[in-house]
Amino acid sequence: MKRLDRKQIAARLARDIADGAVVNLGIGLPTLVADYLPRDREIVLHSENGVLGIGPRPAAGTEDDDLINAGKEPVTLLAGGSFFHHADSFGMIRGRHLDYCVLGAFQVSVRGDLANWHTGGADAIPAVGGAMDLAVGAKHVLVMMEHLTKDGTSKIVERCTYPLTAAHCVERIYTDLAVIDVKPDGLHVLDIVGGLSFEELERLTGVALKKPRELVAQ
Amino acid sequence: MARTARRATMIDKFVTSAEEALADLPDGATIMIGGFGNAGMPAQLIDALIAQGAKDLTVVNNNAGNADAGLAALIGRGRVRKILCSFPRQSDSWHFDKAYRERRIELELVPQGTLAERIRAAGAGIGAFYTPTAYGTRLAEGKETRRIGDVDYVLEYPIHADYALIKADRADRWGNLTYRMTARNFGPIMAAAARITVAQVRETVALGELDPEVVVTPGIFVQRVVRIAPLAKAA
Repeated sequence: MKRLDRKQIAARLARDIADGAVVNLGIGLPTLVADYLPRDREIVLHSENGVLGIGPRPAAGTEDDDLINAGKEPVTLLAGGSFFHHADSFGMIRGRHLDYCVLGAFQVSVRGDLANWHTGGADAIPAVGGAMDLAVGAKHVLVMMEHLTKDGTSKIVERCTYPLTAAHCVERIYTDLAVIDVKPDGLHVLDIVGGLSFEELERLTGVALKKPRELVAQ
Repeated sequence: MARTARRATMIDKFVTSAEEALADLPDGATIMIGGFGNAGMPAQLIDALIAQGAKDLTVVNNNAGNADAGLAALIGRGRVRKILCSFPRQSDSWHFDKAYRERRIELELVPQGTLAERIRAAGAGIGAFYTPTAYGTRLAEGKETRRIGDVDYVLEYPIHADYALIKADRADRWGNLTYRMTARNFGPIMAAAARITVAQVRETVALGELDPEVVVTPGIFVQRVVRIAPLAKAA
């Protein structure tokens, strides 16, 4: 099987972002999506710390300490960009003005429950940031993650065992093995990486999956 | 009216030093500290707070300090009793991590948007509000909830503060403030939520020099302004 690397997952996800959309990319893995957004589409990037219209990374030596994203990395501002305070920024999020947010995950359940902020471990220091606001506020919540944990356990589960970020919020899951839609009647597989059968994907995932139409027809 | 009478009532919020601005800050105070990462962080005001010595503090900030300076140093010295923040855990938050694991600091973890709105609500005179954020999660446990239409909400209360320490870009003697790019972040809402707001600014200007159309925080929300000349960047 040809497992996708992180850049390939980001590129696959970026293809699904519509022209004209306003998008928030979560810290870490989702930030990679910015590098693959189709150039023929005008897509506006939002960051929780009060900026719309984020541009590419600044050239070395031109970083400005006052211009950063939610991951605290230096960014640039596109023509048309704007700044606003934190309450307005989260008003945009909860007020359903954002078209998409892309979040990482520890687990996603078959109902679209998301767990991505806390392992629940006794010694773990919890940190939530803006994840709970994004998960309830964005019109489309997309998750980008490795399909399996390092020890081979599926991160797509019947019920999340980690503390929830939000219930019923995930719409689509992009992993190194597949793209899966979360629908009321279950998980619909849209894409599978080359060399992996539907049956093998379902076995690795450990929950019931629905076949993509082209595979049903075979 | 006599000229002397006018001078006697002149509003002047400029103070000469960060030390003077924080001289009356008592033990047990609740202090909002602006900034997100280094952007908008009032570093010199925090240094002055460390030197000032007040203890048993409750701090409201998005994070819980990083590395060894600023808020991290305040926590490291055992001066913070409780912190309200959304993201305490960072690769270099060792002072908080240690204090938390040794149970020397209380943590109230608040989703970032709820943190911002609770601060905003305090400044706007709102008694409480319902937010969909955190419904059905561990962070809503024990809180009042309500279904409005087809959405479930959690009741959240405002966060008031005795002091807000923020960083802005320019100010006049009425306390009108402008900000620079993403350094704005929590500044405007913290300014409104605190009884005494101290702004450190890069530049002070004469009254009338700030375009009223670009003032972000009107002076009504600001009590003290300290000019801190930016450090020259090392080449």
